[in-house]
Amino acid sequence: MNYYARRLVTLFLTVLFVVVLTFTAFRIIPGNPALAILGTEASNEQIALLEAKLGTDRPLLVQFGHWLGNAALLDFGESLRFSEPVLKLIVSRVPVTLSLALLALVISVCTAVPLGILAAKSHGKKWDALISIGTQFGLAIPSFWMGIILILVFGLTLRWFSVSSYVPWSESPILALKSIVLPAVALAIPQIAVIVRYLRTTMLEQLNLDYVRTARSKGLSERSIQYIHVLKNALLPVITIVGINFGELLAGSLVIEQVFTLPGFGSLLITAIGNRDYPLVQGLVLLIAVTVIIINFIVDLSYRWLDPKIRLK
Amino acid sequence: MVGNQVERQKILDIRNLRIELKGRRERLAVVDGVSLSVSQGETLGIVGESGCGKSVLSLSMLGLLPKAMEINGGEIWYGEREDEAQPLHLLKPKELRKIRGREVAMVFQDPMSSLNNSLTIGYQVTEGLRLHLGYSRQEAAAQAIELFRKVGLARPEKLLKEYPHQLSGGMRQRVMIAIAIACNPGLLIADEPTTALDVTIQAQILEVMRQIRDQDGTSIVLISHDLGLIAEMCDRIAVMYAGRIVEEGSVADIFDRPRHPYTIGLLNSIPSPSHKGHRLHSIPGAVPALHERSVGCNFAPRCQYAMECCRIEQPKLSPVGFGHTTSCFLVVEEGVRKGDNRNTADRAEGTGEVLYETSVAAEGTGAASR
Amino acid sequence: MRINKSFSLVLGSLFVGLLLVIMIISLFYTPYGENVMSITERLQAPGSAHWLGTDNFGRDVLSRIMVGAQTAFLVGSISVAIGLTCGFIVGTLAGYVGGWVDELLMRATDALLAFPGILLALLLVSIFKPNMFQTIIAIGVLSVPSFARVIRSGVLQHREADYVRAARGIGAGHFNVIFIQILPNIISSIITTAALSFSTAILVEAALSYLGLGVQPPDPSWGRMLNEAQGYLNKAPWYALAPGLLITLSVLGFNLLGDGIRDLRDNVNRGG
Repeated sequence: MNYYARRLVTLFLTVLFVVVLTFTAFRIIPGNPALAILGTEASNEQIALLEAKLGTDRPLLVQFGHWLGNAALLDFGESLRFSEPVLKLIVSRVPVTLSLALLALVISVCTAVPLGILAAKSHGKKWDALISIGTQFGLAIPSFWMGIILILVFGLTLRWFSVSSYVPWSESPILALKSIVLPAVALAIPQIAVIVRYLRTTMLEQLNLDYVRTARSKGLSERSIQYIHVLKNALLPVITIVGINFGELLAGSLVIEQVFTLPGFGSLLITAIGNRDYPLVQGLVLLIAVTVIIINFIVDLSYRWLDPKIRLK
Repeated sequence: MVGNQVERQKILDIRNLRIELKGRRERLAVVDGVSLSVSQGETLGIVGESGCGKSVLSLSMLGLLPKAMEINGGEIWYGEREDEAQPLHLLKPKELRKIRGREVAMVFQDPMSSLNNSLTIGYQVTEGLRLHLGYSRQEAAAQAIELFRKVGLARPEKLLKEYPHQLSGGMRQRVMIAIAIACNPGLLIADEPTTALDVTIQAQILEVMRQIRDQDGTSIVLISHDLGLIAEMCDRIAVMYAGRIVEEGSVADIFDRPRHPYTIGLLNSIPSPSHKGHRLHSIPGAVPALHERSVGCNFAPRCQYAMECCRIEQPKLSPVGFGHTTSCFLVVEEGVRKGDNRNTADRAEGTGEVLYETSVAAEGTGAASR
Repeated sequence: MRINKSFSLVLGSLFVGLLLVIMIISLFYTPYGENVMSITERLQAPGSAHWLGTDNFGRDVLSRIMVGAQTAFLVGSISVAIGLTCGFIVGTLAGYVGGWVDELLMRATDALLAFPGILLALLLVSIFKPNMFQTIIAIGVLSVPSFARVIRSGVLQHREADYVRAARGIGAGHFNVIFIQILPNIISSIITTAALSFSTAILVEAALSYLGLGVQPPDPSWGRMLNEAQGYLNKAPWYALAPGLLITLSVLGFNLLGDGIRDLRDNVNRGG
């Protein structure tokens, strides 16, 4: 129980830190935020009106308390640009970003696990070398450039996918899937590299352990040793990596959405930053960051639950 | 007991085995010209200091040598009947796998790391049964419960679903034994099976192994650095030094009539109540590393009686009694006066004293050089 | 295996060296002015006049890429310097002082790490008007946690070592202990972290500039070149290749260099 208590305290502190950072980021702007938003030509009435709307005319702590109280109820105020509640804007973009990140996660795990096993099995041989060169490139290629290349190859040259025309899931799931396949692949590639490298190292470490020798002494084939004995031990730590990756995928989708002009969190955030739409930026950053933190927390707990050595203690 | 052995069928026959460590420039012998045999129902003890090649030898009997090592010369034959004997050194991996766990099984030293922590005990025990004997899950589980009872594990039904870390070291080693005897193998190899355990648990594990031998007639190769343990369990003992067998004989031969200076040194280093207050005997120096091994007798650098010929030529294993062989020039010379056991026993005691003095001297220089 | 290890070091140094050479040459010579526009030469394919073609304003892509290397190195080295300095202070304080200071600093570091990198950079970038200076600051802040962690664990590991106790015993001050006794022991892991942070910096700068929130015109940046190139993918696909390839090569180079140095250190440690 001690562990869970400590983990909860860390979770709480992290969220608090994120909240404070998100809040103060827009209060440390030199001068008047309303002025910064409206520009120098704004009249005094306009500024006073915006200050009242932003709440920046009140003392800092009062502002923070007010903002925090509302944020806890998922009320992030109203977007300056769209004149709609921030939450409503964000919720309308959830399907795009979430489906993109989930598809990328599925692609990365389904590709990385077999590749990692193959690399470990052919340790020091041709496949291992090829895969390790591949992972180095996977880590180095910027995902947005990969996206551009995918558009160039599959969209413009081969014409397998129509680019830059997102179809909502509610309209046609098949077309929606088709429109997010390429961005999901671009997003998945660096994560594939991370998982492959990790899985390979873990499996090679495991293969040197005593229990593998025991398994061999039973007369098991190398195949069942690798797929049952070693993989079961090697996959557990990979789960943590996959959890961290989901956060990376959510963040990565912010950029990839711009490449494929998908109407998700990314385009909303970039537009909001461009328009100096502070309530929207704050709400989005806070929501994404807290989501990532909570996912990591859940993954951490599930890892402990899945590992029999820790679970049953 | 000694008399019976000769008529019994040999289940394991190792002839002039040489195992080498593959190096970039040279190949070094880890096991060098070892010949051993185990008869049906017999327990053979292999004793020696760490680094003498006994674990490598035992792994070779299962074809489980590390990748860096390979057999280069010699033969390993296994078979419960003479006409069924199979050359383990020639078998393909696939054929070897049919023998591992089915015909020849092994218990390893460290029960804490030798079990897979993320699979249930039940799975790990039934795995071999399902593979080799084609049992169904239910049949295998039932058999596993039977095995748990046999090795003295309490609440066997519950154990099936538990994980290794929930068990104590002694219980884990019982599980390891249960895994090893699951398919009723003809030969059980136990490599330091009790070294990692508490003394009281050691005795229990030995008792389990003794029962298995007596009930099932399983032949056992017991590998240990602990002469006391070997004496308790074994019919015959092979003393190994730096990759070679230096003396082999019955328990009585080795303990009462040791001939090789190394065996004598080993025996003298066993603590006993009668020597209370005396300083413990130890053999000066250490087992030579692979590249330090010579053409002559490997024990010569540590031997009190080393002669000129010992450094040039390797003494052959020669009979010095009924079923008792040793490889030492000194003993072979003396062996002319065979049967004069009292004489050699006296000499043994004498050597012990001398060895004791040299060991003190070696310690002194060791401390100074440090 | 040994060949493989020095392989990453050699290849990494080669890529980074090549990049450095390109950058240094660009300081003195580029085929054309990087901002010289020519309406008549818009979107030309690679040829003898323009080796890598021209962009939508008729500017020479090769010249712009060469000058872009300056941006990448500038952003990379200053942000790594910021990350290293702050990380060193945080890590040393946490490791050396310990107790609640350690707890506080490490929790803050954890929190910073929990923030996805690009999101934090976007947050920081959105506060001010986008320019190169704030891009550097944002990326520098991003790299603080990894330096802090590496340095803290190094300090913790060596703080109680015999030679450090001995140095303290003969009256060495904290400054002496940290810089003379401990630092040389952890320098290789710091260099590894620096190399990896450098590659992250190049990636994040490219991403921010691609989004239009990083380096602003007229400073050439590989990331923004890709943004511009995407609009002309149909007419001038080659324009999108060169900047991306350079980002990839530089990230690959610094990653390999970091891996190589780490393996080298591991080997030395294992050797005795």
